[in-house]
Amino acid sequence: MARVVVDVMLKPEILDPQGQAVQRALPRLGFEGIADVRQGKRFELEVEGPVDDAALARINELAETFLANTVIEDFTVRVEELEEETATA
Amino acid sequence: MSSDIHSSAPRTPAPPQTPAPPQASRLDTTEHAAATPDTELPWAELGLKEDEYARVREILGRRPTGAELAMYSVMWSEHCSYKSSKAHLRQFGEKAPHSDALLVGIGENAGVVDIGQGYAVTFKVESHNHPSYVEPYQGAATGVGGIVRDIIAMGARPVAVVDPLRFGAPEHPDTRRVVSGVVAGIGGYGNCLGLPNIGGEVVFDSCYQGNPLVNAGAIGVMRHEDIHLAKAAGTGNKVILYGARTGGDGIGGASILASETFEDSSGKPAKRPAVQVGDPFQEKLLIECTLEAFAERLVVGIQDLGAAGLSCATSELASNGSGGMRVELDDVPLRDSTLSPEEILMSESQERMCAVVEPSKVERFLAICEKWDVTATVVGEVTDGDRLEIYWHGEKIVDVDPRTVAHEGPVYQRPYARPSWQDALQADDAGKLPRPVDGKELREQVLRLVASPNQADKSWITSQYDHLVQGNTVLAQREDAGMIRVDEETNLGVALATDGNGRYAKLDPYTGAQLALSEAYRNVAATGAEPLAITDCLNFGSPEDPDVMWQFVEAIRGLADGCRQLGTPVTGGNVSLYNQTGETAVHPTPVVGVLGVIDDVTRRTPIAFAQEGQLLYLLGDTREELGGSAWSQVVHDHLGGMPPAVDLERERLLGEILVSASRDGMIDAAHDLSDGGLVQAVVESCLKGGKGARLVVPDGIDPFVLLFSESQGRAVVAVPRSEEVRFNDMCGARGLPVTRIGVVDGEEVELQGQFSIPLSELRTAHRETIPALFG
Repeated sequence: MARVVVDVMLKPEILDPQGQAVQRALPRLGFEGIADVRQGKRFELEVEGPVDDAALARINELAETFLANTVIEDFTVRVEELEEETATA
Repeated sequence: MSSDIHSSAPRTPAPPQTPAPPQASRLDTTEHAAATPDTELPWAELGLKEDEYARVREILGRRPTGAELAMYSVMWSEHCSYKSSKAHLRQFGEKAPHSDALLVGIGENAGVVDIGQGYAVTFKVESHNHPSYVEPYQGAATGVGGIVRDIIAMGARPVAVVDPLRFGAPEHPDTRRVVSGVVAGIGGYGNCLGLPNIGGEVVFDSCYQGNPLVNAGAIGVMRHEDIHLAKAAGTGNKVILYGARTGGDGIGGASILASETFEDSSGKPAKRPAVQVGDPFQEKLLIECTLEAFAERLVVGIQDLGAAGLSCATSELASNGSGGMRVELDDVPLRDSTLSPEEILMSESQERMCAVVEPSKVERFLAICEKWDVTATVVGEVTDGDRLEIYWHGEKIVDVDPRTVAHEGPVYQRPYARPSWQDALQADDAGKLPRPVDGKELREQVLRLVASPNQADKSWITSQYDHLVQGNTVLAQREDAGMIRVDEETNLGVALATDGNGRYAKLDPYTGAQLALSEAYRNVAATGAEPLAITDCLNFGSPEDPDVMWQFVEAIRGLADGCRQLGTPVTGGNVSLYNQTGETAVHPTPVVGVLGVIDDVTRRTPIAFAQEGQLLYLLGDTREELGGSAWSQVVHDHLGGMPPAVDLERERLLGEILVSASRDGMIDAAHDLSDGGLVQAVVESCLKGGKGARLVVPDGIDPFVLLFSESQGRAVVAVPRSEEVRFNDMCGARGLPVTRIGVVDGEEVELQGQFSIPLSELRTAHRETIPALFG
């Protein structure tokens, strides 16, 4: 059992109104020195069975077709081993 | 629910195709360009044809710089230059009827119409078709944003939006992606802006499968003295860019997205989908900030940044003014500091505007922008020359006559010819299709008609739009036209209806365009408002196809002739070409928006049959006209024959009767008859009012034809018994045929001797289709 994390971010050239709203709010709240803010989404998928190449291919496919809107977003997939699972393995 | 919009099949964007400077190490200045005449530039990749590039070289007397090429390529694209349509669009001016109401005509950001009491109204419909297929949510959202900026650029406060939409076959899996995204995008942007969405249409047809039509319209209101035109006059005046920062979005969108198909059938990599993301809250600030600057008389000229971004705004402002313009591109506030000057000029970042302000008023202008938290920067000034000069890092990278960029682009006389298949299509008469033989079959077909996706209730879609915000909405969706109160003291108001029937236009584009005009005109009159002027959005396939070009030419001719006859000038509009998938064009789809004025919105006529005992009259003549009808589509999946005949004099007479009847309180409800015929109108009016109707078949007419024919120039009205004589007398005196067809009564729609259907059964059939498909 393992956790796969999919991070979805708007592509760099795409406007991010939410990130800009956060950035504009920062100096108002006294937080100086932040040049830019981009806001994204993080999905944590608990995977049944081994995270082998086939499973990762499947996750890549679901990320590409469902989690991310690849017209305007990029995504990354990475495996995060869960501690208790690795202990019993 | 927004997850639906993300389920699209992935597209793999090709690497960006922005024009790189010929020598990366060296800035491509005008001087450098003059010294290196043989340097190759990617003009073809930017959508220019060989002769167009040669013309650019001829104008400049040297090769263009990369930045100049960027400007010419976007401004000479079909989308910005109207190069295929210009020669024909002139008819709208040449044939324009005289109208005292027209304050500003074609050519400005939007036309302006006098509605009396010192008020003027500006309105326009534009297309955002291709972007809405690539990314439905953002494409539709930025479509709303773009048309709203056109309105504020005229100095008007936007008061309402409308959205005429065409999608592919309802059961096709991709339609759900597009519908969900487009509807959410329109709602998301319009609702955040706080603008009521009061009308439009939703039509499904498989011809729009790979190419939905997402048209967006807006209405703005101002006082006469507040009209503003886009021009840069007065040497020394400052050019101020304000609104969102400029980013890499939408680069090349104007020339690439809107003008050519983005999937290349020859296997070359697809052109980069240049998706723009909208920020409605920024736009709201832009509205308030702009109107405040106008109110203080701080602005000499103004232009919104839409397609072609800064290239368009600077060249149009400069060429509409008297002098030249000098722009320091380094001063443009950027979201992405790595952008090249070419990219800055081509960027289509949303929510930006460009103003020309006298030097003494710049400080105040910037203070207003700061108050609204809007970034504003002086990026240039008006010069006394006649050149548009743009500098980057202190060096001149653009030196052009702005008129050659903005107004003197190529004009094509595209060949056109009546398609070889047109005769066969028109010969395939819908009149020979099998008809219902008895009351039982009639009943069954009525239910099928009102439940079909095109005729079904669209509340699932329109309820996602806020139609009441601002508190001035008098009529909205499901009524014949949207209506907005303009003055809360006098109750002066305006009505707007948009219509277009691609099936009719396919059968005969000349007639089809006039039918779109007729229907929108009739819809406005049915609410009690007097039609004043029109806008149009002409959606067609590739102008390089002579068949399509013929459809386009015919439609313009039809519309211009129709407007002259009805006395309603075209105030402006939009042409969208290349709406096709591969070789297959969409149906020719001229969408016409008619604006009407009503002196007292409290006398508006709704469609609902709400009072039992009122008499139902059918106005106009019913002939056997089934070509292109909803019945032929729903029951037989057929498209052939001739569309219904147009009689614009009759439309005008009908309109006068409907307005008079409203003014004198003779009718309590009116519904125009269009696609779906009488039965569709009666069912809608009954369901809206929650009352049934008992109908009789008048002598000499076939029940089937009565119910389903789509003869024009007709409406059904509900007349209180006390007004019956007066109403009949008026119609008789003015020569409008009028036939009593029944009475508002009970809980059923009954056609005597044929069938009856309980309202509950009709309601279920009419209302469940769209939620079942997309809910």
